[in-house]
Amino acid sequence: MSSPVVLFDYPGPKALRTNRILTVVGILGVLAVLALVAKKMGDASQLDPAMWLVFLNPEAWTAYLIPGLIGTLMATVFSVFLAGIFGVLFGAGRLSHSAWVRRPSGVVVEFFRAVPVLIMMYFFKYLLVWGGWFDSAFNPLIAVTLALTLYNGSVIAELVRSGVHALPKGQHEAGLSLGLTQGQTLRLIQLPQSLVAMLPALIAQLVVVLKDSALGVAITYQDLVFWSKTLGSAYANTVPAYIVAAALFIALNYAVTKLADWVEQRLRRTQHVAGPITNAEPNVIQGTGEPGDSATNALDDVLEHLGHDEPESRG
Amino acid sequence: MLDILSRYNVLLAFGLTLLLAFLSAIGALIIGTIVAILRLSPARILQTIGAAFVTIFINTPLTLLMVASILGFTYILGIRLGANTTDNAFWWAVVMLSLYHAAFVCEALRSGVNTIPAGQAEAARSIGLTFGQSLREVILPQAFRGAIAPLGSTLIALIKNTTVAAIIGVAEAAGLMATIIENETGGLGVFFIFAVGFVILTLPLGVWFTELSRKLAVKR
Repeated sequence: MSSPVVLFDYPGPKALRTNRILTVVGILGVLAVLALVAKKMGDASQLDPAMWLVFLNPEAWTAYLIPGLIGTLMATVFSVFLAGIFGVLFGAGRLSHSAWVRRPSGVVVEFFRAVPVLIMMYFFKYLLVWGGWFDSAFNPLIAVTLALTLYNGSVIAELVRSGVHALPKGQHEAGLSLGLTQGQTLRLIQLPQSLVAMLPALIAQLVVVLKDSALGVAITYQDLVFWSKTLGSAYANTVPAYIVAAALFIALNYAVTKLADWVEQRLRRTQHVAGPITNAEPNVIQGTGEPGDSATNALDDVLEHLGHDEPESRG
Repeated sequence: MLDILSRYNVLLAFGLTLLLAFLSAIGALIIGTIVAILRLSPARILQTIGAAFVTIFINTPLTLLMVASILGFTYILGIRLGANTTDNAFWWAVVMLSLYHAAFVCEALRSGVNTIPAGQAEAARSIGLTFGQSLREVILPQAFRGAIAPLGSTLIALIKNTTVAAIIGVAEAAGLMATIIENETGGLGVFFIFAVGFVILTLPLGVWFTELSRKLAVKR
């Protein structure tokens, strides 16, 4: 991380004293907050050992938390798989040289990126109940998966598009000069490289899917949030149940983020692609113009600023 | 479809969405800036506190925060933010939206600082600017410009995420949509009314932020 070097010089005696004061203030602040939380929880008897010993009981896991994790992971895996297909199709569609493919792809992608996932979930739940095509037990899962697929697929489409734009122009020109058509160049030369370059960002997108799958509670999908709620009422330990559920989510997402960082480092070392590798969060703002006009792509600008070899450090 | 518009106050619901977004955006900006200052401070412990805040709130689903705010914090811990159920849910939604997006605001500001080459600060110091001067004249103006694009993405995400407040019964756009879709026929039309509402709210904002970030970009 370069920021401390940018902001501060190496500390002298005065700065060291200030640092020590800040350290003490920081520790006191954290202790004060923790004490307040502990007091509130203690008053509501949420700190009783019995409330927490529940989590040593295998039943709490087999009957509640593990089904919850399975629900969350199932929706995530299905959505990521389908969103990947959707994203590559529409990402390539937005890069097409035929306006008849490019424009509709652009409208679809911009629309589903702008509509909140919860609104889509409500709609698909209604649609599936109305249509009655599936066993009603599967309706929530299908609605969650469809909504997550459309939103995240659109984000992935934007990632694919900016990945292709970030490749050096020579890649496209080399393809054409070999006698490949525009479509072949896109499919055989540009897309494979852009997918590899975007792999860390695709993995980081998993965090978004994992978190958004929790929205399923609104349409009675049984994910980790749903089951931690049930666990909380079964053992009358509501607050500890939510804290454990949050800890599980944080651990999962933290692991995914670390994996994305590791893949990024590895790809950077091996240098199989001509373009810049990034796990920058999909920093493509909505409504960023037509493809082919690479100056209209927000991510390109950001990448240009970062310089190709400077890793984007993230939390 | 038109009779739905006359019988339900869709504009009022979107008004509540905007109010929720406005209050939470201010909250997120204030908390996020404080956390960013912690993360960029020279004291190790403050950096750790800032990083812990970001790790916790960036990785926890907003849905879980919302559900916990009512079932956990209000009912069990007895922390009420409003006199009646409606007010309480609204203000808890504002608090949770602020905290959740503060983590993203912090990361946006930090990425803005990270776009500045170390040479800029070294040059500022070597021409004799004090810490305050180099911050005011050299570092912060560049950091702010570099942070515009990610801040714009965060604001758009916040507007869309206000819908999560529907889960705790706030009658904003998604809440009203759930009510209408339950009671009326013609769900596709209802979906389009609300979907287009959000497209209108977010798309121009995205175009504007992209323009702004390009216009103010620091050429290097």
